[in-house]
Amino acid sequence: MTLPVTRRDLIGTSAALAVLPLPSLADESSPPPSSSTQDAVSLTINGEMHKLSLDQRTSLLDTLREHIGLTGTKKGCDHGSCGACTVHVDGKRILACLTLAHRLEGKKITTIEGLARGGTLHPMQAAFLEHDGYQCGYCTPGQIMSAISVVEEGHTQSEAEIAEWMSGNLCRCGAYTNIRAAIQDAAQAKKA
Amino acid sequence: MQEFSRLVPSGLDAAARAGVRPGAGFLAGGTDLLQLWKNNVAPASLVVDLDRLDLRSISAGAHGLRIGALATMAEVAEHPEVKRRLPAGCEALLAAASPQIRNMGTAGGNLLQRTRCGYFRDIGFACNKRAPGSGCPAIAGENRELAILGGSTHCIATHPSDFPVALMAARASVEIHGADGARRTVELEQFYRLPGDTPHIETVLRPGDVITAILVPDAPANGRATYIKVRDRQSYAYALASVAAGIDLQGGKVRDVRLAAGGVGTRPWRLDASEAVLRGQTLTPALIEQAAAHATDGAQAQSKNEFKLTLLRNTVRRALQTVSS
Repeated sequence: MTLPVTRRDLIGTSAALAVLPLPSLADESSPPPSSSTQDAVSLTINGEMHKLSLDQRTSLLDTLREHIGLTGTKKGCDHGSCGACTVHVDGKRILACLTLAHRLEGKKITTIEGLARGGTLHPMQAAFLEHDGYQCGYCTPGQIMSAISVVEEGHTQSEAEIAEWMSGNLCRCGAYTNIRAAIQDAAQAKKA
Repeated sequence: MQEFSRLVPSGLDAAARAGVRPGAGFLAGGTDLLQLWKNNVAPASLVVDLDRLDLRSISAGAHGLRIGALATMAEVAEHPEVKRRLPAGCEALLAAASPQIRNMGTAGGNLLQRTRCGYFRDIGFACNKRAPGSGCPAIAGENRELAILGGSTHCIATHPSDFPVALMAARASVEIHGADGARRTVELEQFYRLPGDTPHIETVLRPGDVITAILVPDAPANGRATYIKVRDRQSYAYALASVAAGIDLQGGKVRDVRLAAGGVGTRPWRLDASEAVLRGQTLTPALIEQAAAHATDGAQAQSKNEFKLTLLRNTVRRALQTVSS
């Protein structure tokens, strides 16, 4: 019999257990305390409107992960150095960790969860699967969001050009060779 | 992160008025400020959000380029007139940060990026720039990335941006809307202050001043120019040394030349002495060598960055070779 437990439930439970005895260690990257001023904001994410009440300091990244439950967008460095939190705003790739959620009212936000159509993966997601463009997978959502932009921006003439225009997305496992192959493939398929 | 309230003024006057209130700070692209706020390095209690100001357009006329302060780094780098009239500026922008950050960061904000000195960015350390009078641990500490030009006994922090290096070479100016509503223009050369004994004051901007545009005059030497950046990894890294070089060559003679360096100075650094060697002379490999040697006039290496002296001279040589070939 399979237990109805998801990976996320498991992570959530173990994280809570780990933190419980040490409340004073909550770090600065935790969501701001709820006692502070909350202001209303409406965000359009993956075509769906979300009405939220958020502290002015809340980043788009924390909004997605902690307030909406869209945990596909990852928090790596939280300081704009790794690219794991890459999402699209009005069709352009940006870093969710360096963006205040309150500034995005009226804009169209797309995350990794918004790419698949029904049961069909986005061609870039399929290309990453095909080429095994990851190892641990943590940077993958950001890599894929950036990769889609690289193709749209037209920076896929050579492997060197792809590498340069993907340089904002770090992969500590070093899956770069397969990531570049996936992007080259997806770019070719789009042209065909 | 310190708590703040956020104002979104719809006009320049309202923005400037809000900017003089205690604890106020302007927000443009936010790529640097969000990092600083998260680390409690430069907190603001009142964020004056410039998002609604109409400062994003880029135009070109007989006078040269006018780059709106809120144009993103990507928009500036991709603009056909900027490519034509300021190619070194485009190269500098495309060598900066990452594509994601270039979609967010603004031209005006890039002028004001704070130093990457690790002591400045960590409130656990003393730093004269962040906490005036507390001291400078960098001088006897980790100073490999820090300045060899323009430093003082109080601060040797490097200015980290690439774009203003190209702008400094191109003799650009900064257009400013003052808190009093008056508009003024300051040459970039006069815009940045040396650290001296007040390293926390980095520019001539006064409270409430809003940068509205960057102005770049047309010149043959601005149109024939390049930006060479040397760093620890090939992409997505700050400069160890960089050089913007522009030249106007007529029959082998240097009619005009513009040189500036990044990654080596406490501000984007004009290389006047190297320019003086070249101007009016017939360009030869020996003359380039002589100009490169003068790039480090007045330089003082720190304990861990003596390599920057050679690196800067070599980068000047390569930039001059590239632009004159």
